[in-house]
Amino acid sequence: MEMLEPISGFWGLAASALKVLGVFTAVMVVVAYTTLAERKISAWIQDRSGPNRVGPWGMLQPIADGIKNFLKEETMPGTANRFYFVLGPMLAIIPALMTFAVIPFAAPLPTPWGVVDMIVADIPIGVLYVLALSSLGVYGLVISGWASNNKYAFLGSLRASAQMVSYEVALGLSLVPVLMLVGNVTLTQVVAQQQQLDFWFAFPLSLGFILFLISAFAETNRLPFDMPEAESELVTGYHTEYSSMKFSMFFIAEYGHMVTASALMATLFFGGWDLPGTWDDAFWWEGMLISGFDAAGAPIMANPAWWKTVLTLGGFGAKVAFFLFFYIWVRWTLPRFRYDQVMTLGWKVMLPVSLAYVMIVAGTILVLDTIGVSYGFTFGLVLTAVSGVCTAGLLFFLDRDRVIKGASVPTRHDRPVRMPVVEVPLSGD
Amino acid sequence: MADILFLVFAGIALGSALGVVLGRSPVASLLFMVMTLASVAGIYVLLEAHFLAAIQVIVYAGAIMVLFMFVIMLLNLGHDYQRDIRGGAFALVAFAVTGAMAGLLARRFSGGAELFPFLDGADAIDAALAEKGALGVIAEPLFTTYVVPFEITGILLLVAIVGALVLAKHRVS
Repeated sequence: MEMLEPISGFWGLAASALKVLGVFTAVMVVVAYTTLAERKISAWIQDRSGPNRVGPWGMLQPIADGIKNFLKEETMPGTANRFYFVLGPMLAIIPALMTFAVIPFAAPLPTPWGVVDMIVADIPIGVLYVLALSSLGVYGLVISGWASNNKYAFLGSLRASAQMVSYEVALGLSLVPVLMLVGNVTLTQVVAQQQQLDFWFAFPLSLGFILFLISAFAETNRLPFDMPEAESELVTGYHTEYSSMKFSMFFIAEYGHMVTASALMATLFFGGWDLPGTWDDAFWWEGMLISGFDAAGAPIMANPAWWKTVLTLGGFGAKVAFFLFFYIWVRWTLPRFRYDQVMTLGWKVMLPVSLAYVMIVAGTILVLDTIGVSYGFTFGLVLTAVSGVCTAGLLFFLDRDRVIKGASVPTRHDRPVRMPVVEVPLSGD
Repeated sequence: MADILFLVFAGIALGSALGVVLGRSPVASLLFMVMTLASVAGIYVLLEAHFLAAIQVIVYAGAIMVLFMFVIMLLNLGHDYQRDIRGGAFALVAFAVTGAMAGLLARRFSGGAELFPFLDGADAIDAALAEKGALGVIAEPLFTTYVVPFEITGILLLVAIVGALVLAKHRVS
């Protein structure tokens, strides 16, 4: 029988080092293969073959791309500010790779030396750490665009900072309902409370999930929100002047943000590593690893096992993979917003809607608490109904032509100006 | 370990604070300012005030400084190093305010006059931390004892935003 206590001492340090190495490697490999997936899926959507020359089904294409990026010539524009030009890509890639540290990725693993939590750093401010790092990510984009001393790059970085500041507000507000339900900001507790509710938060907080999804697309600068690098308007925006590995660092940063955002969506709204059923539930409560409470309120001990860790890791991977696929799917399906549409959506729709939704969820929780419905299945069911009504209302309101008009839709009221009829006298009469 | 880390963060904070005021390029000053804010956040973490650290980075480094950078870039202050820092009287006022702040802090920490009667002693704070956690210690007084000043601050900010909008908006006849 293994000890059901958190691992500590030398083996704790060893486990931490292994987790850091493992998570870093995993994120980099996933990033590499997401670029391949992007090209393959876009090819399928457009009825092409995609990369198919390097290795079977093009599986070695990311390695070839990496070698190509290392061997390409480094360019340095003559008018660029050298120091900030080099600093930009570094500032972009660091936050992208650091965020994953607070995301739990599997059920706790029992070892002979103690239980290892499958998370790099379970810090007490989990979600806030994610928000802090995502708000720092904009510096890399802004600095590199400014240092390039190129008007397209500069316009791209201005758009990036405006867009990220705008959507950060809605991102933060869309998280508030989750935090109100959880009563804590650590992501391990977010997973644990979803297990206790018997609902993944995507159902009781459906509108919160939609708002988070839209804000996450805007924060990662992915289509339909890729204004900072709109190819048809700005060449490629803030990384126009970059080549070789510096360009590749922006690329890795973008895909790193995508991986992290997908993992966050899975954790916050789809149970994280939780799989359906209560067999895998496990979280720390007053120093004990428990799976929940019985009817009398006494804790039930959890029994972790290595196969549960492996299965939940697979479940987490599947959820993340789905959201990555969703990112790619949306990119190759939807056209880009116009810039004023991005700002209108951010300030006039996302912000008021998320604020109102926070109030609605808070009110519902207050009412449920007052009439004595305890945190559990009924609680989740009522919230699901309330959120479902809100979601349906928002989707009706946002429907085409009510708020955001398509660029090509002619206005209904102004009829085309008719040409004045001019009598031209015929010659010879 | 914590002492070494404190010295590292304090050194970075002070060094980059000097960089903010001594640098000639506005963009460099701004980045030094971000570094100062980040190192102060590091010191907050060492004090186990994780929440303050996160808010410091989110609000100051992530939002306000980005806005400053936006303005600096729009005005294109970065590339021509003009001397647009006011001297003389402005510097005097700045030194006077800084000196007053330093004096207040020194009196507080030398255990002199009780300038801040609303602050409890270290033991009381430790007890409150153990009972309510880092978030509760901040949130509870904010929404109970100090709720009126808190809301008034909010209204003040709202008025400032509305004022800025009114000033900035073009008059359309």
